[in-house]
Amino acid sequence: MASYTTHHEEGHEHHLVPVRVYSWTLVALLVLLIVTVGAGFIPMPIWLGTVVALAIAMVKTYLVMAYFMHVKFSGKLIWLFAAAGFFWLVIMVIFAYADYITRPWEPVPGF
Amino acid sequence: MSVKEAKVLEREPAPTHIEHEGILGEQFETLDQQNNAYLIGMWAFIVQEVLFLGAIFAAYGIYRLKYLHEFTLAHKELDWVVGGLNTLVLLASSYTMARAVRAAMQNKHGRQMLYLTFTLLFASVFMFNKYIEYSKKYEHHLIPGRGYDAHTIVEHAEHKELLEPLPDGNYKLKLETEKIVTPEEFKQRTQLFLGFYFILTGLHGLHVLVGMTVIGVLVGRAYIDYKKRKPVADYMPVEMVGLYWHFVDIVWIFIYPLLYLIGR
Repeated sequence: MASYTTHHEEGHEHHLVPVRVYSWTLVALLVLLIVTVGAGFIPMPIWLGTVVALAIAMVKTYLVMAYFMHVKFSGKLIWLFAAAGFFWLVIMVIFAYADYITRPWEPVPGF
Repeated sequence: MSVKEAKVLEREPAPTHIEHEGILGEQFETLDQQNNAYLIGMWAFIVQEVLFLGAIFAAYGIYRLKYLHEFTLAHKELDWVVGGLNTLVLLASSYTMARAVRAAMQNKHGRQMLYLTFTLLFASVFMFNKYIEYSKKYEHHLIPGRGYDAHTIVEHAEHKELLEPLPDGNYKLKLETEKIVTPEEFKQRTQLFLGFYFILTGLHGLHVLVGMTVIGVLVGRAYIDYKKRKPVADYMPVEMVGLYWHFVDIVWIFIYPLLYLIGR
């Protein structure tokens, strides 16, 4: 199955992702879980805490998508779909926040 | 048969009909093509889910910016230990799911069944913890609605010296900055936080329940394949449910720090 192979060879044997890739992914995810809990308790400004939490969550998401969801071993079209989801999410968030954050700058009372 | 089809048959050796019998749909030329079509469909669904849940996260973020004090005090009512345990359990379930997919690709039906059962087990632990959490919120009158009461939040915040009742009855909220709110405002805004909590974790829990149902069906299918000693079974249903399951895991990866942890 070309979609799952790192080497695109013909044949009946699937080129499976080695078990150790999954195991190491799990280990990395668990370590990041500990890091994110720890970061929650380190005294720091709330905005910084939010940024750190989001950054760790994004690294964890990358690991799950790349290895568990096989994006790293899949064709370009799958990669495009995964990236498109992220891209549209970013558009939604940035535009919505740009609106709400700039409202106090307006001379009219609003949100 | 058209000339084009004839050429295709001529060029490629006959597909392994015996192996793929009952798996390859007649609308597809090759199994590879079919599998890719399955995957694209599943990913389109997941992208839709990302945007639908992303909108709720975005709304949560906007109100958190506006009512940072109230949201931070309300979020201290969530149990970060149970939440962390649930993260652990979901990450483990993602791992067993990935192993189940791998076993399915190898046509090892027994092993596939085993890993799927483990996934179900972890998911049950997750749901049980959710039940405990929700019960506590009920006991403390923290379910948004008519019976909502912010007294628990006020008491706990007062105990941690993050809230000070003023002589005029208002509350002074003390975080990085100070803010004075009326008890009614405090009640409405903490209720809003718990509304987000229940919508986000509720929708997520619903996804877990749906996932558990589908995984249950897959366990049954794997059992039948195992009993029949089927040499080759279609692994794509497991792969697609796996994608869904990992996505549900990712949603929790965001819910846990954003609701339970930040500002603790």
